[in-house]
Amino acid sequence: MADSPTDKLTEQALQEPILAPGYNYASVTDKISAIVLRRPPKWWILGFAGAFALVMLLLYSVTYLFAVGVGIWGIQIPVGWGFAIINFVWWIGIGHAGTLISAILLLLRQQWRTSINRFAEAMTLFAVACAGVFPLIHMGRPWLAYWLFPYPDTMKMWPNFRSPLVWDAFAVSTYATVSALFWFIGLLPDLATLRDRAKNRPAKIIYGFLAMGWRGSAVHWHRHETASLLLAGLATPLVVSVHTIVSLDFAYAIVPGWHATIFPPYFVAGAIYAGFAMVLTLAIPVRKLFGLEDFITMRHLDNMGKVLLATGLIVGYGYMMEAFSAYYSGNQYERFMILNRMGGPYAVVYWCLVACNIVTPQFLWSRKVRSKVGALFAIAMVVNLGMWLERFVIVVTSLHRDFMPSAWGMYYPTRWDFYTFFGTIGLFLALLFLFIRFLPLISIFEMRTLVNEEEKKAAD
Amino acid sequence: MAEFKTAEELLAAAHRTQSAGYRRIDAFSPFPIEGLADAVGFHRTRLPLIVLCAGILGGCSGFLLQYYGAAISYPINVGGRPLNSWPAFIPITFEMTILFAAAAAVFGMLAMNGLPTPYHPVFNVPRFALASRDRFFLCIKAHDPLFDRVGTRQFLESLTAREVSEIEV
Repeated sequence: MADSPTDKLTEQALQEPILAPGYNYASVTDKISAIVLRRPPKWWILGFAGAFALVMLLLYSVTYLFAVGVGIWGIQIPVGWGFAIINFVWWIGIGHAGTLISAILLLLRQQWRTSINRFAEAMTLFAVACAGVFPLIHMGRPWLAYWLFPYPDTMKMWPNFRSPLVWDAFAVSTYATVSALFWFIGLLPDLATLRDRAKNRPAKIIYGFLAMGWRGSAVHWHRHETASLLLAGLATPLVVSVHTIVSLDFAYAIVPGWHATIFPPYFVAGAIYAGFAMVLTLAIPVRKLFGLEDFITMRHLDNMGKVLLATGLIVGYGYMMEAFSAYYSGNQYERFMILNRMGGPYAVVYWCLVACNIVTPQFLWSRKVRSKVGALFAIAMVVNLGMWLERFVIVVTSLHRDFMPSAWGMYYPTRWDFYTFFGTIGLFLALLFLFIRFLPLISIFEMRTLVNEEEKKAAD
Repeated sequence: MAEFKTAEELLAAAHRTQSAGYRRIDAFSPFPIEGLADAVGFHRTRLPLIVLCAGILGGCSGFLLQYYGAAISYPINVGGRPLNSWPAFIPITFEMTILFAAAAAVFGMLAMNGLPTPYHPVFNVPRFALASRDRFFLCIKAHDPLFDRVGTRQFLESLTAREVSEIEV
C-alpha cells in the first residue's frame, strides 16, 4: 500500500519543512530585513495608494456622520444595531487569530507559528483599531465616548458596571493594549537588527530609538523569554474573555436569537475561524509578492487550512444547536425566529451564510485542495464573507421581528453604511502596507532560533 | 570581548569562563540560547513574582472600583437587587487583572534589563553590529576581580574565539 497516491501525499506533507533547507543565521536575517531596508516595489506604492484612497472615504463618511448624525445609516427602530455592530464584531473576531497564533501556539510549542506570528499579531492590532472605530461612531454623541470609562466626574455618576457594553469597553481596550505590548516585545530584538543593518542615518536613528539599546545580552534574553511566556499565558484567557464579552452584548438581552447560552463558545470559535481565514488571505499574497515561499511554506498553509476546517466545524455545530435549541425550547418566539431566519425576508442571507461557512470549508478535507494556494485563497475569501454575513444574520434577523408583529420592521443599509465599512477595510490595508514596509514582517530572531534547532536536528 | 561563530561554541566558552573563576561576565547572541544565562551566572529572574503581584493589585483595584461606584458612591436600588452584585463585576475585575499583569511583564522586563539604554560601551566594537545577525560574543568586564589585561586576553584567545577585542569605556 506504501505506493498508493494518498500515502505518498501524506508522506510528502509530513516531510514538508517549516523552513526550506539551506538557510543560516545571516541569510534569514538579510532576507527578511532587506524587505524593509530596500526601496519599496511598485506594487507596494500602488497598493498603498488604493488603501489610502479608501481611508479618505472613511474620513469622508465619518465627517458627514458627525455633521448630520446616525440618520444617514439605515438603522431604524426596531433594528437599532446595523452595520456598525456587525462590522465591530467582524473586525474584532478577525483580530483574535493573531493572538491565537502568537500566544496559544507559543504555549503549545508549535514551531510552525514562527514565520506567521508577527504579521498575524499586526493583523490583530489593525483589526482591533478598525473594530474600535465602530462603537464610537455608533454613539449618537460620539464626543461623549469617554463616559464609558469611570472617572470622577462632576455629575457624580458612574458607568453601569453590570452592563456588558461597559465590560466591552474594558475588554477591548485591555485587548488592544496587551496586543500592542506583546507585539512590541517581540519586535524589540528585530528593531535592534534593523538598527545594525540600516545604511542610512535617519533609519539608523529611528530604529535605534525604538530598539531602546537592545544588545542581546544573555540575561536580557532570559528576562525577555520569561516576559514573552507570561504574556502569552495572560493573552490566552484574555482573547477568550474578549469575545465572550462581545457575545454577552447579545446574550444578555432577551431578544429571541440572542438570548442563548451557546453564544460565548460559538462566538470564540467563529472569531478564530474568521481570523484564520484573514491570516490566509494576507499570507498568500505576501509570500508570493516578497518571494517568502521558503519561510511560509506549504506546511504552514496546510496547517492553517486544517485549523480553518476544525473551527468551521465548531461554527457549524453552533448553527445547528441554535436551530435545535430554538425548536427544543418550545418557545414560540424562539421557534419563529429560526423559521424567519430560514424563510423570512432575509432568508437569502442566511442560506448564503450556510453555503459560505459550512459547505465551502468541507473542501478542506481534501489534501489536494489544501496543497493548492489558489484554492485556499478562494476558500479563505469565502469564509471572510461568510463570517460577515453571520453577524448580519445575528444582528438584523433577530431584531427585525422580535415579539409583537406591530413592532416589526425592515432594515436596509444605505450607501453610507457601505462607505464606512469599505473605509475600514482601507484603514486595515493601509496600516498593513505601512507595517510590511517599515517593520520586519517575520520575526527574525525566532527564525534564527529555528535555524539553530534545524541545525541541531541535522546534527543528531 | 571574544567573538564566536556558533551558539555551541559560545555556550562552551561561557561555561569554561565560569569555571575559570570569572564572575563579571556577559554573553551576547542574536537569539535566546538555552542555558546561556545560567552559564554567565544568572539563575532566576524575579519577573514572574512582579507580574503576579501586579495582577493581584489590578484585580483588587478593578473590583474595588466597581464596588465603590455601584454600592457606595452612587447606589441605585433596582427592584431590591443587591448593590454588591459581585458576579456582574467579575468580567471587569478579570480584564484589569490581565491589564496590570501584562503591563508589569513588559515594563518590568524593560526596567530590569535597564532599557532603554541610549549608550553602552559594547557598541564601540565595530563587529558587535553582527551580534544581532549571526555572531556570538562573550565579554569579561574589567571590574572582575580576576581581570588582568594580558592574562584575560590570553584566556579568551584560548577559547577557540575567532577574534578578541578590548572595549574602551
